[in-house]
Amino acid sequence: MDFSFTEEQTLLRNSVSKFLADNYTFEDFKKISRSEKGWKPENWKQFAELGLLAAPFAEEYGGLGGGAVDTMVIMEEFGKALVVEPFVQTVVVGGGFVKHGGSDAQKSEWLGKIAGGETVMAFAFAEPQGRYNFADLKTTAKKNGTNYVLNGQKAVVLGGPWADTLIVTARTAGGQRDSNGVSVFLVDKKSKGVATRDYPTIDGLHASEITFENVEVPAANLLGQADNGLLLIDRVTDEAIAAHASEAVGCMKVLLDATVEYTKTRKQFGVPIGKFQVLQHRMVDMFINYEQSASITYMVTLKLDESDTERAKAASAAKVQIGKSGRFVGQQAVQLHGGMGMTDELNVGHYFKRVTMLDTLYGNVDHHLKRYASLG
Amino acid sequence: MDVTFTPEEEKFRKEVREFIAENLPKLGKTSRREFETREDFIGWHRLLAKKGWAAPHWPVEYGGTGWNTTQRFIFNEESARAEAPILLPFGLTMVAPVIYTFGNEAQKKKFLPGILSGDDWWCQGYSEPGAGSDLASLKTKAVREGDHYIVNGQKTWTTLAQFADWIFCLVRTDSNAKQQEGITFLLIDMKTPGITVKPIIVLDGAHEVNEVFFDNVKVPVENRVGEENKGWTYAKFLLVNERSGIAGVARSKKAIERLKEIGRSELIDGKPLIETEEFTRKIAETEIELAALEYTELRTLAQESKGHNAGPESSILKIKGTEIQQRITELTVEAIGYYAYPYDRSFGDNEYPPGPPYASGQAGHYFNMRKVSIFGGSNEIQRNIIAKAVLGL
Repeated sequence: MDFSFTEEQTLLRNSVSKFLADNYTFEDFKKISRSEKGWKPENWKQFAELGLLAAPFAEEYGGLGGGAVDTMVIMEEFGKALVVEPFVQTVVVGGGFVKHGGSDAQKSEWLGKIAGGETVMAFAFAEPQGRYNFADLKTTAKKNGTNYVLNGQKAVVLGGPWADTLIVTARTAGGQRDSNGVSVFLVDKKSKGVATRDYPTIDGLHASEITFENVEVPAANLLGQADNGLLLIDRVTDEAIAAHASEAVGCMKVLLDATVEYTKTRKQFGVPIGKFQVLQHRMVDMFINYEQSASITYMVTLKLDESDTERAKAASAAKVQIGKSGRFVGQQAVQLHGGMGMTDELNVGHYFKRVTMLDTLYGNVDHHLKRYASLG
Repeated sequence: MDVTFTPEEEKFRKEVREFIAENLPKLGKTSRREFETREDFIGWHRLLAKKGWAAPHWPVEYGGTGWNTTQRFIFNEESARAEAPILLPFGLTMVAPVIYTFGNEAQKKKFLPGILSGDDWWCQGYSEPGAGSDLASLKTKAVREGDHYIVNGQKTWTTLAQFADWIFCLVRTDSNAKQQEGITFLLIDMKTPGITVKPIIVLDGAHEVNEVFFDNVKVPVENRVGEENKGWTYAKFLLVNERSGIAGVARSKKAIERLKEIGRSELIDGKPLIETEEFTRKIAETEIELAALEYTELRTLAQESKGHNAGPESSILKIKGTEIQQRITELTVEAIGYYAYPYDRSFGDNEYPPGPPYASGQAGHYFNMRKVSIFGGSNEIQRNIIAKAVLGL
């Protein structure tokens, strides 16, 4: 039994956290998030140079041969800094689809590009009616010679404005919610018929509403088997869930530490408010929630390569634990900071917002409780 | 024991309902977002003032309606039912009762009419950077010089001070006395030289609160309410008034109704969300808590109508009322799924964010509503009050 990190993983963490300390303070986050672009392409280049974008890929495809633990390390540090750049969308989701579903040709082409920072991806899966069901698709892709023709609308595509390449889920057969008949495509965002409406999100990211009108996609851009994409989507999004779990843990760490520190210095009634037992116990509960979240993040990260059922259960378990804990830690961090916690000026509210929205991403607590229970 | 309404009371309800139905549409809406301009806040106040209904809780001689507790309850319920704007409490509910209870005749004459009509906008100068829950530790200083006080210091979390004509302030006039015994209650014209208002943006992006700085601000002694150094008595009186009505039962009922509507529109695997057990169960739990709170409030009102002032028990109304309000915002964010993401304030006035209209601004509202367990005496302080004053611990 060993939960320690390898030397390489520790080096990775140190280099990420040093980069972020130098380039991604809270003030940097606000500036980047509120800039016209909403992200900083220069950071993306730096991520590539630091090897972050290559970390989880095999060496034969230009990767560094790491795995989910490397992603966990990176995302925890990213969570602590509120990084907005689309690492999960590009490396974990985009890279994951190519890695698990792609042909050798696709792997050679795309994994190298991702690792080198030459492409930025976004995952267009949600639809206005679909909620958290990946199979509830009105977007269709019809085979027409050597192309597929894509039609439909995708909602809240995180990182959409920055992406050059979209991973799009669409129905190639069956009825609107059938589990068979779902396919996944790589789509060049510049393709004719792709229209986007870009906007900022409440947690400091950017997203797009994207419509596809008779968009021609080469059949060679199909990822995995036609009609059989749902298993692939489940696997890749479970990996994304693990990565975001680690991000949430990073956020909770900052919220917990900031709160403990604040209550040691904030004086009311002549004493630091951290001396009040009622607040002490509240912070102990925040600490317990943080620790439980960190533990379940280890669990899901280590189970990503087990059977589909084991992996899915672990991912849903992580979503439930972290959804609940994130809410508690975030709300209490604001409460214990009093009015200060409500301000845009202080970092606490921003971490609270990020951790809150992460509950929604890929299904909230209710959704994953049900999924967990249904897996037996 | 009887909780039914008499025929007269039902007639009264009808009258209120008809008035609201007839007048609320007159307000019109200038933008997708409400409450961004001074006029948004004041419009309904003016319409009610014209009817003589702006200040039901005031004594009749100053412009109150003379309604009994039940009528006031009915009025609040009907206002919430119609989603009429909430009148700002700073003038009507906070400072006015202090003025008509402790002020002199000249002050009543000078200030009450403007508060009643809505012509004068008031804000509250209580909290300071170092004085939140421990309000009595406030440091803003007023030194007497002839016919004036010279005020120096800083207030914070001052709601909508950017629109205010007047601020009522707790200031320290005796630094040597015990904390609570050196405080004075001053009414200060916001146009006085030396006052600076700086916005504080809160986490949903709203400009709702401010810092207010006082740099050698001259305040006529005639603007002092009551006696010098007795301000804490008036402040406590005001805080109790602030607490009543904070339960917001009728508003929460309406919010649950809205939540159910969203649940009927949102789909989960093709079925309305409201048909799923996990969602309806959570709404039911919230509704039951609200039902209990409604009867707790009615019991308090019944006491009041017999002339017993709401005691420290009224802290229950603040604690449960705000917990329920916050719970409803949590459930609303859960209900709208991915369309919680768009940041509604990034869109122009006449531009709709993506997603269904009911989803717009809901996440921001959830974040914003975290304030209600902090302000007006944090819920921790309310629990302290119950522990000490009710349970005798």
